[in-house]
Amino acid sequence: MTPGAVQQSGLSLRFAGAAKSYGDVEALKPTDLTIAAGEFLTLLGPSGSGKTTLLNLAAGYQEPSAGRIFIGARDVTHLPARHRNIGMVFQNYALFPHMSVVDNVAYGLKVRRLARSEIARRVEAVLRLVHLEGYGQRGVQQLSGGQQQRVALARALVIEPDVLLMDEPLGALDKQLRRSVQLELRRLHEEHRRTTIYVTHDQEEALVLSDRVAVMRDGRIEQVGSAGDLYDRPVNAFVAGFIGESNLLPARVTAIAGGQAQAEVDVLGRSLTAAVAPGLQPGQPAALLIRPEHVLVGEEPGVTAEVAEIVYLGELTALNLRLESGATLWARRITSHDLRRGTRVTIGWKQEHARIVPT
Amino acid sequence: MARYRVETACLLAPAVLFLLLLFVVPLARLFSLAFTDEGGVFATFGVLAESEVYRRVMLNTFVVALAVTLITVLLAWPVAYALSRLKGFWFALALYGVLFPFWISVLVRTFSWMILLERNGPINRLLQGLGVTDQPLALLFNDTGVMIGMVHVLLPYAIMPLYAAMARVDRRLLLASDGLGAGLLDTFARVYFPLVLPGLLGGATFVFLLSLGFFITPALLGGANAITLSMLIASFVTDRLAWSLAAAGSLVLLLVVLALLAVAARLLPLDKGMFAR
Repeated sequence: MTPGAVQQSGLSLRFAGAAKSYGDVEALKPTDLTIAAGEFLTLLGPSGSGKTTLLNLAAGYQEPSAGRIFIGARDVTHLPARHRNIGMVFQNYALFPHMSVVDNVAYGLKVRRLARSEIARRVEAVLRLVHLEGYGQRGVQQLSGGQQQRVALARALVIEPDVLLMDEPLGALDKQLRRSVQLELRRLHEEHRRTTIYVTHDQEEALVLSDRVAVMRDGRIEQVGSAGDLYDRPVNAFVAGFIGESNLLPARVTAIAGGQAQAEVDVLGRSLTAAVAPGLQPGQPAALLIRPEHVLVGEEPGVTAEVAEIVYLGELTALNLRLESGATLWARRITSHDLRRGTRVTIGWKQEHARIVPT
Repeated sequence: MARYRVETACLLAPAVLFLLLLFVVPLARLFSLAFTDEGGVFATFGVLAESEVYRRVMLNTFVVALAVTLITVLLAWPVAYALSRLKGFWFALALYGVLFPFWISVLVRTFSWMILLERNGPINRLLQGLGVTDQPLALLFNDTGVMIGMVHVLLPYAIMPLYAAMARVDRRLLLASDGLGAGLLDTFARVYFPLVLPGLLGGATFVFLLSLGFFITPALLGGANAITLSMLIASFVTDRLAWSLAAAGSLVLLLVVLALLAVAARLLPLDKGMFAR
C-alpha cells in the first residue's frame, strides 16, 4: 500500500533546518525532513546518532537551537508538548504506576475534560484495538512486558494524535514477541494511516515497518528513502554497512561520467566501471560495494579466490573468500555441498550489482 | 530441621535476652505501676480522666504536634524537591545542610534557640530594627517557641522520606503526562503528587509521633506556659512522686501512638517501595 491509498489520519510533520546543540556538542545538525501525512517513517541509527533528539524535537520535549518545526501548516517550534496533540510511546513505556490500565489509557482524555461517557467509549474501543479487552481494571505493574507495551500504545492512540511518535518501543521485548508486535504495528498503521515517526537501531525492524527510513549518524541524516532505495542505492559506505550485509573494497576513482565511475580496485588488481553514488568526486576516498548475495562463485572469467570459511545458515551458505591480495569478501548462495575449505574458485558479479560509494 | 531451629534460637538468644531484660521488663514493670495504686486497679486512669489539667495538656500536646507536623511538612516540601533536582556538588552541599543538625545535640540546638528567641535576642532586635514591631515579641516560653524549636529538630525526619519519594519519580512519567496534553496542575495533581504521597505521609507520621513524645525542647522553650504530656509525666515523677500516675499517663500515650501507627500502616504502604521503577 502506498500513502494515500486509504483514508489517512494525522498531519504532515516538517523539520526546516532544525538543529539542537548542548554547549559545544551538536546533537543534531541542521536537518530538513518532511514526513507526509499518513506516512510511517523510521529513524535508524546507532546510539548517539541524534534520532532520539529529532524525536524529542517533534514531541516538543526539547526546543531546537535553530530552525523551525511544522505540524501540518502550524509552526510548533516553541509550542510545548501538551499543546501539540502528539502521541508518544516511550522506550520503557512510562506508564503511570499508580493507575489501572483504564486510567492510564483514559489519562489524555481526562485532562482534555471530555465527557465521562465519551471517555469510556473511546477507551473501550482502543483497548479492543490493541487486544486488551478485559484487562482494564488491572494495575499496569501486573502486566507482562508485551501487554504494557500495548497499554502504552493505546494511551498514545486514544487521543487521536496528529503525529504518533515511538522511541524504540520494542526494545524491552524478547525477539519472538518483537516480531509479532512488529506485524501488529504494521497492521494498525495500514488500517489507520496515522503519521508515525519510529525510532530504532534495529535495521530489520525499520525495513519491516516503514514506508521510508532515515539513516542517521553523528547528528545528521545520511540518507532517506524506501527500504529498496537504501539497500540498492546507498549514498555511502555507512548506509551500505548499516542496511544489510555488504562487501566494501577500497577503490580509487579516476573518472566519472554519466553516473558511472572508472575505479582502480587494488585488492582485485584491476580497474573497473560501476554505478556511482551521487556527489562523489574523483580522488575522494571510496569503496566498491557488492552485496554478498551478488557475489557469483564459479563465474568465468573471474577473480581467483580461495574458500577460507564456510558458514551454513540453513537454506543459505555464507562463504568467506580470500583473494590473492589477502583481502576477503563474503558470498551468500543457496546451500550446496560442492565446496570445502581451501577450494580455489573464480568469482565475479554482474556489473549492475557493483556500486562505488564514498567512505 | 530441628537442629537448625536450635541453632537459630541460640543465635537469636543474646539479642532477645538483651531486649527482654533492658526494654520489655522495665516497660512492663513501669506499666504494672499504673494498676497498683492504693485507690484500686484503675484508680489512676480515673484520676487522669477527671483531671482538667491532664485533659488540657493532652489536647495541647496533640494540637502542638499537629501544628508542628503541618509546618514541618510544608517547609520540607521545597527542600526535598530542591534535593531531588540537584546534582553533584550542590546536592552534597544541600544534603549536608539537612543532615548537619543531626550531629549536634538536641540540647545544644534548643539552648541556641533560647538565645536567639530571647526578649532582647537577635531575632527580636532584628524585627524591631526592621520596624516590623515596636515591642519585643514573646517568642519564648510559649507554644510559638516550642513549635519553632520542634520544627527545627524534626525537619530532617520529614525531608528524607519526601526526598526519597521525589527522587524515585521517573521524569519520563511527567514527560508522558505533558505529551498527553496535561497542564502543569494536572500533571502535579494526577501524577507527581500521588507518587510522592507515600513519602509525604510517611514523613508526616514520623514527625507527628515524635512530636507527641518530645520532652527536652518543649521543656526548655515552653516552660510552665506550654506544658506537654511528656513534661506532665515528668512532673508526676519528680514533683509529686506519683509513679502510678506517671505510668498510667505513659501507657495512655503509648497506646495512642500504637493506634495511630496501626492506622498509618493500614493506609500507607510504608513497608514497600510501592512505586519503585
